[in-house]
Amino acid sequence: MRKEYETVIGLEVHVELATKTKIFCSCSTEFGGEPNTHTCPVCTGMPGALPVLNKQVVEYAAAVGLATHCTITQVHKFDRKNYFYPDNPQNYQISQLYLPICRDGYVEIELSGENDQKPEGNPGTENTARTENTSGAENNSGAENISGTEIDRAMRKKIGIHEIHMEEDAGKLVHDDWSDCSFVDYNRSGVPLIEIVSEPDMRSAEEVIAYLEKLRMIIQYLGASDCKLNEGSMRADVNISVREVGAEEFGTRTEMKNLNSFKAIARAIEAERERQIDLIEAGEAVIQETRRWDDEKEYSYAMRSKEDAKDYRYFPEPDLVPVVISDEWLQKIKDSLPEFQTEKLSRYLKEYEIPLYDAKIITGHKKLADIFEAASELCKKPKKVSNWLMVETMRLLKEEEMDPEDLTFSPKNLAGLIELTEKGIINSTVAKEVFEKIFHQDVDPEQYVEEHGLKMVTDDGVLLQTIEKILQENPKSVEDYRKGKEKAIGYLVGQTMKAMRGKADPAKVSQILKEKL
Amino acid sequence: MVENRITDETMEYVGILAKLKLSQEEKEQAKKDMEKILDYIDKLNELDTDGVEPMSHAFDLHNVFREDRVENENQRDQMLSNAPEEKNGSFVVPKTVES
Ligand SMILES: [Zn+2]
Repeated sequence: MRKEYETVIGLEVHVELATKTKIFCSCSTEFGGEPNTHTCPVCTGMPGALPVLNKQVVEYAAAVGLATHCTITQVHKFDRKNYFYPDNPQNYQISQLYLPICRDGYVEIELSGENDQKPEGNPGTENTARTENTSGAENNSGAENISGTEIDRAMRKKIGIHEIHMEEDAGKLVHDDWSDCSFVDYNRSGVPLIEIVSEPDMRSAEEVIAYLEKLRMIIQYLGASDCKLNEGSMRADVNISVREVGAEEFGTRTEMKNLNSFKAIARAIEAERERQIDLIEAGEAVIQETRRWDDEKEYSYAMRSKEDAKDYRYFPEPDLVPVVISDEWLQKIKDSLPEFQTEKLSRYLKEYEIPLYDAKIITGHKKLADIFEAASELCKKPKKVSNWLMVETMRLLKEEEMDPEDLTFSPKNLAGLIELTEKGIINSTVAKEVFEKIFHQDVDPEQYVEEHGLKMVTDDGVLLQTIEKILQENPKSVEDYRKGKEKAIGYLVGQTMKAMRGKADPAKVSQILKEKL
Repeated sequence: MVENRITDETMEYVGILAKLKLSQEEKEQAKKDMEKILDYIDKLNELDTDGVEPMSHAFDLHNVFREDRVENENQRDQMLSNAPEEKNGSFVVPKTVES
């Protein structure tokens, strides 16, 4: 019989910071420009060019460190990591090895508590039900306690952060299929990154994804990055090893690259766990190597290391002077930290009468929270706003396979739509149709409704006439209804709505019909 | 006479790291040069540096920053003018595929 194994996972997460300029030069970081239009002597590695540090990078990195309970290294420096590759024009990358800006932090993740892969007695995991996160629910009678059981069962676990350091991104290589050439675009070269190195504290794909989602949420709340995995502004390299349950020593680990979605990460972890266990069971050794995940084939292969000995010959960067973060500066950064999810959640439960479940989902994404607050402020109907976000927005996001962070519609237009429905200018069917337009094209609802003639007909004369006509055309239904078949009215309402091309209030139609009959 | 010896393996390894292909003659010369450098470092190591902070800069400066403001215009043509080869606004290099 196969032995019991546990998977040990640590992550290296690269996050592109949302600065306007690169880390060491005043070139724009804007995405999608023509190749090499955002370059200068510094970021193309011209001899003699000198880097000058972007202050905002230090502030973002420190803010992420503070938000993840790290100790900030108040005197820190940069180092040179040497390697040759055409995407790296200087033949070295400026990074931090000896004195990274942040160290020894953690993020707390919430798990469903039904993780069968986790062996018992996993240190660091404890069932601390009903912690501070839910306190808002108890003193808010208006909140439905939908997630009561979910919270009871939730396990909390701290994932350690070993360090966070600042570094520069590389350029982009495009390969020509028809020639023996590659083309290099240095627009991304020098874009600021932070690398967040976790401790090997995770034991399953579920924990890894919970950790990444938490990190992403924190960083998005800080506005330090948009953290899009599919666009590469957040990238995760996963270090995986397996060991027999109860073993003290870690097994040999491999590093998995090219993971562009949470699903790919989960699949890659599963596959690599199985691959390593198979090797061990067959009496073979796991080789420490970097592997590349092919998500379509659901298979990973070892990356050729050929002449590339992993010897980066780091040394202190002579072109940059040390950074000293004074106590005052550090305090300023602390003071500027925004309201995070936990605080936002309890405020929502107090300020807006929305269900706990909705508040959790909305505060779980900075973008949703921003839209919610702005739209509620405009239309003063937080419950309606929450409803549009929870139902239609979620449905469309799922349909389009989009992330809440990809939302582009303005809160103003959502608020406008809510006002139109509240005033009875459009009915709910039309509202849904208009919302789809807002979702996709951010149309102005009032103008759209006007232009497409979607206003409800408020002229009772027209409605009465139509109803008369429908009654004449459907004697069978009329008779059925009079005989006590209540359902027949539904058909008549439907026919009337159809004749009115959806521009009537179904409740009103039903009421008039009943009166007539 | 040199104290330090550079072995053939070390020479090979350093060549790989530096992406240099050297002739046998050049290798022998490089070995001698490196041995001399290492001897010189040994000499420096005789100094007692206990309690001395490693120095990475000659000047006692810190916190030299830029504000986060875009100041560089598109200067692609100038950047590409140094390239041995360019095409469609990109630098052309021998095909390099990570695999
Ligand atoms: Zn530049």
